Amino acid sequence: MFIPFVYELRRRKVPVGTQETLSLARALAQGLHDSSLEGFYNVARALLIHDEKHLDDFDLAFGEYFRGVAFDAKKVTDEMLEWLRDVKKMRELTDDEKALIEALDPEELQRQFEERLKTQKERHDGGNRWIGTGGTSPFGRGGFNPAGINVGGGGGKSAVKSADARKYKGYRSDLIFDLRQIEVALRKLRAFVREGAQTELDVEGTIDATAKNAGELEVVIRPPRRPDTRVILAMDVGGSMDPYADAVSQLFSAAKKATHWKELRTFYFHNCVYGRLYRTEHFGDPVTVPELLRQCGPNYKLVFVGDALMAPYELLSSGSLGPGEPPTAGIHWLNAMREHFHHTVWLNPEHPRDWKGNTIEVVRGVFPMFHLTLEGLTEAVATLTRRR
Amino acid sequence: MDPTFKRFRGTFSYLTSDALEAAVNCALALEKPLLVKGEPGTGKTLLAEALASALEAPLLTWHVKSTTRAQDGLYVYDTVARLYDSRFGDGDVKDIRRYIKYGPLGESFRAPQRVVLLIDEVDKADLEFPNDLLHELDRMRFRVSETGDEVVAQQRPVVVITSNNEKDLPDAFLRRCVFHFIDFPEQELMRRIVGVHHPDVDRALVDQCLSIFFELRAMSRIRKRPSTSELVDWIAVLQRAGVTSVKLDREMPFLGALLKKEQDLVAFADQLAGGKKYRS
Repeated sequence: MFIPFVYELRRRKVPVGTQETLSLARALAQGLHDSSLEGFYNVARALLIHDEKHLDDFDLAFGEYFRGVAFDAKKVTDEMLEWLRDVKKMRELTDDEKALIEALDPEELQRQFEERLKTQKERHDGGNRWIGTGGTSPFGRGGFNPAGINVGGGGGKSAVKSADARKYKGYRSDLIFDLRQIEVALRKLRAFVREGAQTELDVEGTIDATAKNAGELEVVIRPPRRPDTRVILAMDVGGSMDPYADAVSQLFSAAKKATHWKELRTFYFHNCVYGRLYRTEHFGDPVTVPELLRQCGPNYKLVFVGDALMAPYELLSSGSLGPGEPPTAGIHWLNAMREHFHHTVWLNPEHPRDWKGNTIEVVRGVFPMFHLTLEGLTEAVATLTRRR
Repeated sequence: MDPTFKRFRGTFSYLTSDALEAAVNCALALEKPLLVKGEPGTGKTLLAEALASALEAPLLTWHVKSTTRAQDGLYVYDTVARLYDSRFGDGDVKDIRRYIKYGPLGESFRAPQRVVLLIDEVDKADLEFPNDLLHELDRMRFRVSETGDEVVAQQRPVVVITSNNEKDLPDAFLRRCVFHFIDFPEQELMRRIVGVHHPDVDRALVDQCLSIFFELRAMSRIRKRPSTSELVDWIAVLQRAGVTSVKLDREMPFLGALLKKEQDLVAFADQLAGGKKYRS
């Protein structure tokens, strides 16, 4: 049965459960897979996968799981027909059989594969229409060859082979993301309040008021719901952040485009915050941290983006607000901001395995830190929206 | 297998892939909603129309907006009209049924024959919206609480749901759906799609358009990549204007049909300027 395959998917953290498995069993019982491996691939994918970010895992699992599925070269035609009729049987291969396949001469295999395709074609011309036969090349429907992957070339497109092509790799969520995906992740960062002009009819209120008013119609209006999320985005630019410029600029444009926020303030800094943040990328138009804290209430959500990598003295030694004022360490300002704002996060493009034994560790002690990937961003957004 | 079950194979004007057919047929056979995702302009909405015409069933469309609530799809109890009538005395206020207006989902349950119900852009609505529909989609029945009437689907409608991925959909909802992700068509399929829409366009022009189109899509700096529908529109415009050949340069006719953003036009011009160096 295909159940071990389901477990293979679960091992890859694809959320499949009993419900999906039962659906797949029902679909197979109805013959929706046309007794072919390619059909099985399509049906299983439609029923087991619910999100394009798991398609790549599905392809990987499928490739891995059915790769060992090959055939005894001497009985190629008969055996394959058997398999075509019953997809479940395919995995009942012994290690010996697999070894036999691996030892097989590729050219011989190719020849038999083509021969096999010819047989199959005649068979189909006899009236058994396979899914979507578009009438292309004789090998165009190589998909029903479970071992197509081992053959290669010839234009055959087997399910395992198309699984191997991994064309959904770009939709994985644990890689650096594209603009649209960031927008999706940021969209969860929202909240609504009713304020402003009263322009909306409150039906419930109207009914209540009318009832209290002995049936005389009394209209109640209220202000519409408006977004109430205010965000401060502070980005580290230059130096060690250059390799991540793309990811950061995408995050930036996604944040700029977000229409569900009441206010977005963006600032720049280099390496660490020393008393002030800058409104332009080239460190112009500064605002001091005390000034910022005065302007923005603790309900603002503060998001840092940076690698938090610097020389230790930058974090722990001095920065000054001007001549005559006492020097203060970078860490002091980070702490001040952490204490002021209710919700803060730090997004770091460095891989989490490098977060130990350097200044990242110190910064991480101040702010909740997340990896700058779609997954990390989603977690960060969850942290930002958590009620205190 | 249900003997009346007819496999969906696309229609004359809507080309499908094996994977899409498998997904549609799973949804039909298992009577589950079909969730379709994919890049904008890959024909998610058209799928429902094609399915309706293949099944010879009427199509009901529910365009979801950011303010849509699940209840709107079932029925709306028009309190204001009733209040108004009670105040100004027009019609029988006691008959609540007069003030119940069914939404697309309610209508699809009440229809005497099987219908195709398209819930378009489900992700536009609030995050909780899909969850509120779970029960109705599962059981295909709901109760009008104002009158106590129960509306039960006479024929289970075929439900097609499209999503542009603006929000994640809840897991419980996803689990009940058959999922298909429409891939961006490859060059050969694209040629056939164009052929379906513009059967009489000169083949040489189509070739040129396709190669420009895919080159544009491959340009990494373009943020909003043109999609199938834009290509089809572009070719239509070219044909109307009597253009017989195009080549990739700054004076390309009707570029605005493909690139919709000013920054993309700038990026495009930049890329061409850079490209000239190695061409000359």
